[in-house]
Amino acid sequence: MLGKVVVRAVLNGQECEFLADPRQTLLEVLREELHLTGTKEGCGNGNCGACTVIVNGRPVNSCLMLAVQAQDAVIETVEGLARGSKLHPLQQVFLEEAALQCGICTPGFLMAAKALLDVNPDPTEAEVRHYLAGNLCRCTGYDKIVRAVLKAAQVLREESEKAAEVSA
Amino acid sequence: MATATQYRVIGTRPIRPDGYGKVTGKDQYGADVILPGMLYCKVLRSPHPHAIIKAIDVSKALALPGVMAVVTGDDLPRIESSEKVSSGEETIEARFMTALCLAQDKVYFKGQPVAAVAATSLATAQEALSLIEVEYEPLPVVDDVLEAMKEDAPLLHGDLYTESLAGKGSKPSNIAGRVEHARGDVDKGMAEADVVIEREFRTQMVHQGYIEPTNSTAYVAPDGRITIWTSTQGAWDIRNQVATILQIPEGMIRVIPMEIGGGFGGKFTAYLDPVVVLLSQKTGRPVKAVMTRAEVFQATGPSSGTYIRLKIGAKRDGTLVAADAFMVYDAGAFPGSPVGGASVTGLSPYNIPNFKILGFDVVTNRPRVKAYRAPGATAIAFAVETVLDEIAERLGIDPVDLRLKNAVGPGDRMTNGVPYPSIGFRELLTAVKEHPHYNAPLEGKWVGRGFAAGFWMNGSGVSTVHLTFNTDGTVNLIEGSTDIGGTRATMAQIVAEELWLEMEEVKPMVGDTQIVGFNDGTGGSRTTYSTGVAVWKACQNAIAEFKVRAARMLEVDAEEIVFEAGDFKVKGHPDRSVNIREVIRNLRHTGGHFEAVGVSGGLKMAPAFGASLVDLAVDPETGKVEILRWTQFQDVGKAIHPSYVEGQLQGGAAQGIGWALYEEYIFRDGHMLNPTFLDYRLPTALDLPMIDTCIIEVPASDGPYGVRGVGEVSIVPPPAAIANAIYRATGVRMNELPMTSERVWRAMSQRQSRVEQEAS
Amino acid sequence: MKPFEYVAARTIDEAVEALASSKGPAKPLAGGTDLVVQLNEGRITLDRVVDIGRIPELKRVDVDAQGQLRLGAAAPCVDVYSHLNVQRLFPMLVDSASIIGSVQVQSRASIGGNLCNASPSGDSIPTLICLGAQAVIQGPSGRRVVPVEEFCTGPGQTVLQPAELVVEIVVPAPGENEGGKYLRFIPRNEMDIAVVGVGSWIRWEPQSGRITDARIALGAVAPTPVRAPEAEAALIGKEVSWDVIDEASRLAVNAARPISDVRGSAEYRRHLVSVLVRRTLLAALERAGVDVKDLGGEAYAG
Repeated sequence: MLGKVVVRAVLNGQECEFLADPRQTLLEVLREELHLTGTKEGCGNGNCGACTVIVNGRPVNSCLMLAVQAQDAVIETVEGLARGSKLHPLQQVFLEEAALQCGICTPGFLMAAKALLDVNPDPTEAEVRHYLAGNLCRCTGYDKIVRAVLKAAQVLREESEKAAEVSA
Repeated sequence: MATATQYRVIGTRPIRPDGYGKVTGKDQYGADVILPGMLYCKVLRSPHPHAIIKAIDVSKALALPGVMAVVTGDDLPRIESSEKVSSGEETIEARFMTALCLAQDKVYFKGQPVAAVAATSLATAQEALSLIEVEYEPLPVVDDVLEAMKEDAPLLHGDLYTESLAGKGSKPSNIAGRVEHARGDVDKGMAEADVVIEREFRTQMVHQGYIEPTNSTAYVAPDGRITIWTSTQGAWDIRNQVATILQIPEGMIRVIPMEIGGGFGGKFTAYLDPVVVLLSQKTGRPVKAVMTRAEVFQATGPSSGTYIRLKIGAKRDGTLVAADAFMVYDAGAFPGSPVGGASVTGLSPYNIPNFKILGFDVVTNRPRVKAYRAPGATAIAFAVETVLDEIAERLGIDPVDLRLKNAVGPGDRMTNGVPYPSIGFRELLTAVKEHPHYNAPLEGKWVGRGFAAGFWMNGSGVSTVHLTFNTDGTVNLIEGSTDIGGTRATMAQIVAEELWLEMEEVKPMVGDTQIVGFNDGTGGSRTTYSTGVAVWKACQNAIAEFKVRAARMLEVDAEEIVFEAGDFKVKGHPDRSVNIREVIRNLRHTGGHFEAVGVSGGLKMAPAFGASLVDLAVDPETGKVEILRWTQFQDVGKAIHPSYVEGQLQGGAAQGIGWALYEEYIFRDGHMLNPTFLDYRLPTALDLPMIDTCIIEVPASDGPYGVRGVGEVSIVPPPAAIANAIYRATGVRMNELPMTSERVWRAMSQRQSRVEQEAS
Repeated sequence: MKPFEYVAARTIDEAVEALASSKGPAKPLAGGTDLVVQLNEGRITLDRVVDIGRIPELKRVDVDAQGQLRLGAAAPCVDVYSHLNVQRLFPMLVDSASIIGSVQVQSRASIGGNLCNASPSGDSIPTLICLGAQAVIQGPSGRRVVPVEEFCTGPGQTVLQPAELVVEIVVPAPGENEGGKYLRFIPRNEMDIAVVGVGSWIRWEPQSGRITDARIALGAVAPTPVRAPEAEAALIGKEVSWDVIDEASRLAVNAARPISDVRGSAEYRRHLVSVLVRRTLLAALERAGVDVKDLGGEAYAG
């Protein structure tokens, strides 16, 4: 049957339910229906990465995914990155290292970088460049972004070492 | 102006105040606007590059449930005059702006808007487009500048006559304009030269490639007042264009510049704004339009493709004696290529006693071009800087030395005769020679090092800023310059420096056309320079008033007050003083609140010189180029926030690398064949190395701290530097952009067969 | 875009039934990275989209005790190239799966989808051909098995009949002294469609130093990925040498029937075929245990 579909998912840690026209991408629903406009659209066909969100632990282009495909998924967007007013180390280091100019690609880079550091806490520069090749930035030449991701990885490693010491 | 060389805040790297909203996704960019009852707009575009519109039938689209309004070119006023409107670094005839919003009677390029729909959902708006019936009569297409210049070429405009210093041409032509600059006697100069190099160059249309698509949202209130939320480099430009296109007084229009996802010269133009205003007028509801990437490529303004013929003569010792440049710049559908910028940049870095520069602005059935970072300069620099490299090689002179020998200094003249104020070209070249990168060994087969320089005039224009004061002793800074890459931080640094406050005590924001006084747009590398002056002036105005207030607090005459290190002191009584924060806190009691305004305008030119140094490797079998090392040099006058200055150098270099190696519009009969980020290839993180920067600080003649604009010149030298490095790596001189793998391979194969022929 | 109906199938049978019962055109949706773009850009119009990404069987990546790989048609690329046994036994498949789009695309795009999209430049197809893979197809009249080599019939065209879908790709267990390599040429270093893609696979006999079997498959140079039989014949039975590799790389060009388009001219593509065949053969030989440094010549293995 035609018409909207009820989709249930976990969005930034909260269970949620929304209605989606099968034609709507996850990106469109996040932005226009749920008003989570932190996820950006740059190209609409998976070539720029501005719409990157994490679905079930993996980075995806939300413009290439129908919203109805998100049934039962765990979705993380840039809005869920900070804990209250405490920024995620990636966010903090992006600011400190001036890793953004216009900022439109930043949410996509942050989410892709988070997905990378979740699986590879100590990447090399080459690994960072390879992983982030699906995210276009037109302002920075990537230099400061790559440096920021490497530095954030270090911060995160130090944080988890500290946490390990405390728990030990 | 401040003369101290030691600064507290200038030259430091504070976190930009607007950054928090960007890393959390909370900042609102143009497409993020969501208003109650908002409708979605989609635009129907011409499938033909050149055609007469015979009829448009929108009835079926209007009948689709959810469609609230449809507009066509007939809904826009017909502008018959040649009245011009401001659009960033250029002006454009209003009637052509109208045609860029909605075609009237005729389409001149594929993707030109023909009709627009407002509907309750995006999907409905999209579906409605397929229900609009347009009858076209296709016309012959001309999509190549040299073809368009021919006598028998199909004419785009029956009423376009070549404009030049000599006046207007006598019959209609695709050549919209002709620029000419000359000095000395070129023939005599060439005759005196020991070496003369003449080469032809071709470059293709390229796009700014901002990641955020063009967008606009408008609401027209029942009393006719219009509010526009849009991503623009120039809110006042948009207001002026909308007012002119719709023939509505400017005072009825408020333009609110949203956060902007890149512009690079391409976001000064009201492509969508008048359309959503019309649709909102018809429906009484807010209407939002956001272009797709394919629309951005095909219906906004890229930078010109070019044909350039260049001849330069030099003496044996490297002295340049003559130059002859012939340039054709593609304007796309309507006049206005940056050939003028090209004519005063390419040869201006060098003292050449005899030269002739002839440039043509030519229309074709392609998207109408717009400014792109140092508009016009990159293509001509590609020609000039590769020919100079060839001369240096021919004469056995170091390429940097050749440029040093001929480099302009203060007082020398640009090609248009304007004398240079303080410039740092020689200092920059010296810095290159001394740089570790220039002196590092580079070994191996198929690798090469290339160098090229670049020049851009930089703009100034008008800026207005307001300072207001809070009862906790802090300061609000309201500017009208769109912040695309950190200028709120830079402007706040100036306030903190001048008023001896901490960065956190300054609260910068970008105001809209109704909140702050007039501002030219963020373009031409003008914001840090000209808006910086306005901020500096506002601070001085504030300090003058604070002295009066401090005098009241200290019960002395204002003439007895001096401002030192954040304290207002009584002359001769260093113990009697009051801190600026106290003065601000007490404004209410010392005469009431006030606002300090700063306005800039009429500043001297503060030109920028830059250079690129590149090491690269070429795959000898495929022609593929890999950038191994990059250093970008630039005279910035004074770096206020060095991180964002470095960012401008790095970003410009990356765009230049993309232009050099990958990016081009590929046309067939007026149809762009690659309107996606898949086949129009921006460099990715994996295509670039770290981009080192070398900042040179030669103070400008005017403006605070000797600062110069830094945004544009970094895109000028990269293609030439890469071409020169490819030559060192392979022995082939590339004369066409982009230098794709296939073009490099082809050039190498041709060279190989020449070598083999000569051997046999 | 016209409205379409979305059906999330829980089993293969449900998926086949949903495809078969659709009144108008229907298609299965795995990751969606190709199909969603085609729908958005209006390149196809569907009445029904059948989501097969929720069928557990279609998401699995299994290497059995004998070393045979059974790949669920909707398993995302990341699950393929992250699988330790795939990495160990099928490094050539890792070559392909790890360059299809960005990491974001690899989170969702599947090898089955890449195959069914049947693009002449699909990066997995030459590899599957070289590895002798078979596509298991299910439809209203049951199951059938088609070699991947015979699966694509033209750009975007396959042997699939209405309501049929690929459910599994089966790759035979690798033998001793075998090796394969897939390489493509692209203008940038990632994110591009192959201008040319080449898969080369060989088996050799260390005692004699002879090549006993070879398969070369070319992408983006014909309406479908194609084998290069002359080049293969020039290898089989020969002792491994630089000259033999060089000869094969020249002969492979005869199998290419490229077009000129925005990504490259026919002439450049033919040239790239010979370059990539040589590079992939050298890398394949290396994977098969041949010490390619002994061969001499200018070796560009990757």
